[in-house]
Amino acid sequence: MKIIVLVKQVPDTEEERRLDPVTGLLDRGANECVADEINERALEVALRHRDANKGTEVVALTVGPASATAVLRKALSMGADSAVHVVDDLLEGADIAATARVLAAAVQQAGFDLVVTGNESTDGRGGVVPAMVAEHLGLPLLSSLNTMEITPERVAGEATVEAGNLTVSALLPAIVSVTERSAEARFPNFKGILTAKRKPLATLSLEDLGVIPHGGGANSTVLTVSERPARTAGKKIVDDGTAAKDLADFLVASRLI
Amino acid sequence: MTNVLALIETSASGAITGSAAGLIAAASKLGVPVAVVVTQQGEGAAAVSELGNLGAQHVYLAESPEVGRLMAAAQVEALMSAARELDPSAVILANSVESREIAGRFAVRSGGGLLVDVVDVRTAQDGSAVGVHSIFGGTYTVEATVQSGPTVITLRQGALNEPAASKVPSTTTVSLAVAAGNATTITMVQPVSSGSGRPALRGAAAVVSGGRGLGSKQNFVLVEQLADALGAAVGASRAAVDAGYIEQNSQVGQTGITVSPQLYVALGISGAIQHRAGMQTAKTIVAINKDEDAPIFEVADFGIVGDVFTVVPQLIEALQARSN
Ligand SMILES: Cc1cc2nc3c(=O)[nH]c(=O)nc-3n(C[C@H](O)[C@H](O)[C@H](O)COP(=O)(O)OP(=O)(O)OC[C@H]3O[C@@H](n4cnc5c(N)ncnc54)[C@H](O)[C@@H]3O)c2cc1C
Repeated sequence: MKIIVLVKQVPDTEEERRLDPVTGLLDRGANECVADEINERALEVALRHRDANKGTEVVALTVGPASATAVLRKALSMGADSAVHVVDDLLEGADIAATARVLAAAVQQAGFDLVVTGNESTDGRGGVVPAMVAEHLGLPLLSSLNTMEITPERVAGEATVEAGNLTVSALLPAIVSVTERSAEARFPNFKGILTAKRKPLATLSLEDLGVIPHGGGANSTVLTVSERPARTAGKKIVDDGTAAKDLADFLVASRLI
Repeated sequence: MTNVLALIETSASGAITGSAAGLIAAASKLGVPVAVVVTQQGEGAAAVSELGNLGAQHVYLAESPEVGRLMAAAQVEALMSAARELDPSAVILANSVESREIAGRFAVRSGGGLLVDVVDVRTAQDGSAVGVHSIFGGTYTVEATVQSGPTVITLRQGALNEPAASKVPSTTTVSLAVAAGNATTITMVQPVSSGSGRPALRGAAAVVSGGRGLGSKQNFVLVEQLADALGAAVGASRAAVDAGYIEQNSQVGQTGITVSPQLYVALGISGAIQHRAGMQTAKTIVAINKDEDAPIFEVADFGIVGDVFTVVPQLIEALQARSN
């Protein structure tokens, strides 16, 4: 079985993230960029299946700038068998639609039984890319799984939706997205880091994939960007036995109760 | 004015769910609101007057035996069919697990551009749909449009609370042919254990959240008690959810729910940046934490350096004394 895990480089959520005030695009220079945590969980789900099932191959794939090689190296050091990096200047500023088209072409060219993704990235938060990739390929999507079970023919799992918990199932090949409840990612060990350097990492351009980006990267246009002034700290008191009463008075004075 | 479709979500029993009002309100801001609802045969008629009350001018009832059995397939087909018939300028869906899939698939199939997780919409001077996005926990507000139509919009749940004026809608009923093909099947539905009687977290006017500082599931009851004393919804940090103190649908933050209440009370929560991303647009923030350096105090309007197990019971008592 061949499993492709989609990974993305994102600004670290541990720091304040910035947008370019003119273009509205992510200011990549403002933060350290890391592998999105949700993708490491997706990779963990795939690696656990491989660890328990001989003959499983796990490929990490990203579409992103040259610097995104770092997230592939990390995936390889965690245990992915190989990696694919789609990198092209024409992809700068690519929006959701363009990214989904390129991802679909890339996984199709690589070939797979199962594609595992995160349910939403921490920078985009749209959560629509997995569905768009599935639609481009005419494949089923199992969205936002908390648990996942893979058999040679099928993939199944549980998702939490507004109404409750769903158990869903589809025939392979299929696309799956997982939530942060799915798995706690492993840390790369020393051996993993050493062997990662020898694992195959293919670099592809849009031309290699036969994808023609129409109208540059993007279909969406940013009209305005405005920044909210940062919040400032208010009153802070140390409890000496009367703080609860002070707080109750504050809530009354602020007409909150 | 052009037609704007709002895809109505239904429960397992076919009832209209709470997201409908916001979806129709958003559609009304952009054009003639058309509610598209997909049900089992004969089950949709009851929905029509309810959708009219929520402001739908027209109800497009699509019937399919596959709804509730397959993920997304019937709904995408219904939108395609409604789009062919009504030539909408925009299509609005909830930013929920199920409707996101429908939005993504419909956008690819129709060639429409996407605006995701919008908190509001408006019509530009040239008539095109503008989506208002709240980015990085409300730090930025970004307005955007798309070039190719129809504009496919996912609306953040609970973001639009002002319902549209009620209408007496006209109705179209169609019977859908859905190719089951290789779609994802729903093999089981376990409904959520029905409400605690507390307000829902999304859109709540007041929220009391608890973190790892509560220490255990038993102790987390304290959060619920304060919430009840304030008539508030209950929220939690990711650490509290991970520790099993409370269900995951109570998580506030970067990867949880974004709330913007009048009052947010954080108990035993350090205020990690990913937690703040889900609550920092609250009007008033109160924090109780025993670590005076906890980052939550940087955003709190009223902070108490103290032990939640001492301060919260006293606060509940003070609130009760006042209401008597
Ligand atoms: C990609 C990503 C996404 C994330 N998404 C989210 C998210 O959506 N929501 C979220 O909340 N977190 C999220 N996190 C996790 C976040 O970084 C923090 O780990 C988490 O918010 C910490 O939760 P906490 O404040 O409850 O726990 P801690 O940080 O452990 O804080 C507990 C606090 O309780 C205080 N305390 C202990 N005992 C008492 C007492 N008796 N009385 C008063 N105070 C006490 C302590 O002083 C401490 O400040 C995310 C992280 C990543 C990497």
